[in-house]
Amino acid sequence: MSERQGPRRQHYLNATWGLKSWLLTKDHKRIAILYLLGITVFFFIGGLFAVLIRLELATPAGDMVQPDTYNRLFTMHGVMMIFFFLIPSIPAVLGNFLIPLMIGAKDLAFPKLNLASWYIYMLGGSFALWAMFNGGVDTGWTFYTPFSTTFSNSYVIATALGIFILGFSSILTGLNFVVTIHRMRAPGLTWFRLPLFVWAQYATSLIQILGTPVLAVTILLVAAERLLHIGIFDPALGGDPVLFQHLFWFYSHPAVYIMVLPSMGVISELITAFARKRIFGYQFVAFASIAIAVLGFLVWGHHMFVSSQSVYAGVVFSFLSMFVAVPSAVKVFNWTATLYQGSISWDTPMLYALGFIGLFTIGGLTGVMLSTLGIDIHVHDTYFVVAHFHYIMVGGAIMGYLGGLHFWWPKITGRLYPVFWSKLSALMIFVGFNLTFFPQFLLGYMGMPRRYHAYPEEFQVLNVMSSAGATILGVGYLIPMIYFVWSMRYGERASSNPWGAVGLEWETTSPPPSHNFLEPPTVDHEAYDYVRRAQEQRVA
Amino acid sequence: MNQGKGFWESLPLFPERASTLASEVDTLYFFTVAVAIFFSLLVAALVLYFAVRYRRRHPNEVGQPEKTITWLEITWSVIPFLILMVMFVWGAKVFFIAFRPPSNAVEYYVVGKQWMWKFQHPQGKREINDLHVPVGQPIKLTMTSEDVIHSFFVPAFRIKADVLPGRYTTAWFEATKAGAYHIFCAEYCGTEHSRMGGTIHVMEPRDYEAWLEQDAPTDERLLSGEELFAKYVCNTCHYPDSSARAPILYGIFGEQAELADGSRVLVDENYLRESILNPTAKIVAGYQALMPTYQGQVGEEELIQLIAYIKGLEPAGGGEQTASGGSTAQETAP
Amino acid sequence: MISDAKPDRQTWGLDHQFDSVDQQRESSFLGMWIFLVTEIMFFGGLFATYIVYRGQNTDGFVAGSHELDITLGAVNTAVLIGSSLTMALAVWAAQTDRRKATVWFILATILLGGVFLGVKVVEYGAKFEHHLVPGPEFHWPGPEKTESVQMFFNLYFLMTGLHALHMIIGIGILAVLAWLAWRGVFSASNHNLVEGVGLYWHFVDIVWIFLFPLLYLLGRSG
Repeated sequence: MSERQGPRRQHYLNATWGLKSWLLTKDHKRIAILYLLGITVFFFIGGLFAVLIRLELATPAGDMVQPDTYNRLFTMHGVMMIFFFLIPSIPAVLGNFLIPLMIGAKDLAFPKLNLASWYIYMLGGSFALWAMFNGGVDTGWTFYTPFSTTFSNSYVIATALGIFILGFSSILTGLNFVVTIHRMRAPGLTWFRLPLFVWAQYATSLIQILGTPVLAVTILLVAAERLLHIGIFDPALGGDPVLFQHLFWFYSHPAVYIMVLPSMGVISELITAFARKRIFGYQFVAFASIAIAVLGFLVWGHHMFVSSQSVYAGVVFSFLSMFVAVPSAVKVFNWTATLYQGSISWDTPMLYALGFIGLFTIGGLTGVMLSTLGIDIHVHDTYFVVAHFHYIMVGGAIMGYLGGLHFWWPKITGRLYPVFWSKLSALMIFVGFNLTFFPQFLLGYMGMPRRYHAYPEEFQVLNVMSSAGATILGVGYLIPMIYFVWSMRYGERASSNPWGAVGLEWETTSPPPSHNFLEPPTVDHEAYDYVRRAQEQRVA
Repeated sequence: MNQGKGFWESLPLFPERASTLASEVDTLYFFTVAVAIFFSLLVAALVLYFAVRYRRRHPNEVGQPEKTITWLEITWSVIPFLILMVMFVWGAKVFFIAFRPPSNAVEYYVVGKQWMWKFQHPQGKREINDLHVPVGQPIKLTMTSEDVIHSFFVPAFRIKADVLPGRYTTAWFEATKAGAYHIFCAEYCGTEHSRMGGTIHVMEPRDYEAWLEQDAPTDERLLSGEELFAKYVCNTCHYPDSSARAPILYGIFGEQAELADGSRVLVDENYLRESILNPTAKIVAGYQALMPTYQGQVGEEELIQLIAYIKGLEPAGGGEQTASGGSTAQETAP
Repeated sequence: MISDAKPDRQTWGLDHQFDSVDQQRESSFLGMWIFLVTEIMFFGGLFATYIVYRGQNTDGFVAGSHELDITLGAVNTAVLIGSSLTMALAVWAAQTDRRKATVWFILATILLGGVFLGVKVVEYGAKFEHHLVPGPEFHWPGPEKTESVQMFFNLYFLMTGLHALHMIIGIGILAVLAWLAWRGVFSASNHNLVEGVGLYWHFVDIVWIFLFPLLYLLGRSG
């Protein structure tokens, strides 16, 4: 530990120096930065695959890459983006950084476990990357049997092992958060005074804890069948391939909420901070998160309406799926109502938040269309589904992630980023996103199936639009990367509360000291109490 | 939503409508699209209006204090829920139509394999990747796969059903318009997944008859169900006038069979398939588990022939005691 | 995983992120219980698979379960229940500052765990002899379809194998625990680790309590 004397204040970034101090850190804030580096790498790898996919699809004939290559591209795009980027993104970066700060704790309950989770994540990612460099995997991220267990000639087991290992990271992070939120809150910080981001993270952690082990056992069964050639899912060996789908979606449907719930939590923070107003219907928004997490476990069968599961099972799952839409709608309406009579600034994070509301609304409503049985028969496994889940995962989860990153960047690094470029890139992402994915709804209803390397010519116009949009979207993602790095050295220094937001994380310095607060905080007021803030300012 | 068919179908933005189901699905789709557009616009308009109307005018300004309005929360939970229930009920109704073939449907067989579709007409004619069907005739597809999971998808008919190895799944349609329409495989199935397609040629009934009359392309002749029944020596036990060693198969299809453990099972394609491949799984009451398994010996297409043959065996005269040597099986295979 | 508690005489094993020993203790236990919930979900996935396939291959599963040695299974059940008892006693000894007793009870638990695994090895060996191990050597002479019976043994080996893996991990942790106890790390005020490991051990027992009837007993009377 080198003592640096001088005008600089001590904070978590400069408390110790050297690579070792980072690789062995137990500080949740530094671990968040480690995750940030990791997931950014995987995001760019996944993004590179997306670029190649869109290039191939610019023409109907599969003329750029071989079919096997294309199949590997979309599989690795899905695996990288879902398992190694989206699932850890907000929880592991923003959740890690913010939960202790928001609840007034010195750290998470289990700091060593937190560091171990990062190493496990990197180990899992290394396995997946190893598989990728050796030729990749071509099963689709869904690993449907018996294709994945018997027919595929690609690195199924190495990739699945990577995901299996990653699952432990996800479970342990969720465990850490739940214990921390239960046991480490500052005096006076009751459950209903918690920021809604913490509620959302809590709900997310429940899914990670309950769902991920089922994925783990499913992966083991796939590996057992593939390695040992014993019958588990392959009907030629006495197995049932549909059982795999049940087990897989039992995790992977709730996993969608692992991706989008934290994003909803971020949006609640952004809307309140930039409207300077308490959220409309706090308890409804908080319980909506829990309701989504619980209901999310009851609807997996809506991925299987045409899979040969019984017609009656389809009806039940369709019915239950409709219920998930209600808490989602409640959230959207409450965010909208929060804007009413607010004091709304158009700062960059707020642009992301407003964009999120629009895109998530479209994603949610098309999700409802997909759970309507009569429509799903036609659009299942078409580009309609692809468009829908990109509206949820990119339009929802990534907009929330980027919005949150822009909101808390001054807290994380102590620096501000350039306003113009950040607004420009937010706009480019919004426009590029819609141009990329809206045409895919139309393509889907026209009948273009997903995972197609070549397609009939009548689908070309919409595909070209989509590829053009992807170019704008790709540039939109690169710009923040550049100015974030730039800002770390050249950005204006941020005050402890550059947005004038309330919340414990804004009451400590930017960046925070190693143990977060100089004085252990206590809380005697509700969340988002901007009226009280204004009174205090008037008194001052 | 404008129902001008010519307009919609002239745009490269809307699939052709060539089955009775298509208009059912489309009407439901238009309803849900209308709901989606209404709520998207409502939310977008409110968000933009508020964001402009209540924009911050002074740096230290804060918003108005918020009051929870419970009736509002309940309203915007209940109204969407009611709309969702309409969508659910309507969707389920269309779903039942899509999965319940009418009783007068003619049965075609489909076998998927990496990466082609094989079809067999009720008259026995066989095709690969092309399927000719008549207009106005409900057609039921009984489908299975030789390898991985595929999915039979005809956008113009708005039908899709997964095709699985080891069991039969069904789909049905009634074509309404002559023409050629895409068949796609919708479930990812490996290297040439995107080329596992074909064309459905919908023809006027007269043209279809004429087409049937043409000589089949010279693909190798498949043994008929009756010939297979003899080849696999099924007829040493399952013969018409004795139920000593094995159940009589005449008229068994579609009936309930009582099993050794007292439960009952519907004799359908999947049960017959299981009884050929795994005979001991569900033994009919009163019989020994004597039959050997035919797993690995009978291919998917032969299985289809055998099952079609057994389905065609009509009950002879009346009662199982009656000898029925004279009755000729209603053979459907070539 | 169990606790970040470090034996440190001055702070009584209190880590910097906690304000009090009680807070740390409660956190450790909550963490352990959540970990056990994930384990329940893990085995739950296997049990669900078992139930589905049992429904599809009832005759094969009944035939398969008749091949298992019910006596050895029952002995193992008793052995595991006994090990739960010694584990509980080890926790009690640690809570009441009985250092030697703690060590002995932990060792007894390890011993019983070892006996269980030994019996399991004998059972597995018999399956190899009878060609009941899934794979090319698998042979089933009975009238039931080979795949159905083999499915039973697939799941038998997967479920008991994963359970045995949990036992082996548990024995490893217990060995470390015994060593720590021998060094006198635990005391009336610092025994979270012993209790946490105890919870894990009881959980592994309970899994067996479900596995035994499901694999050995079900369908045997019929």
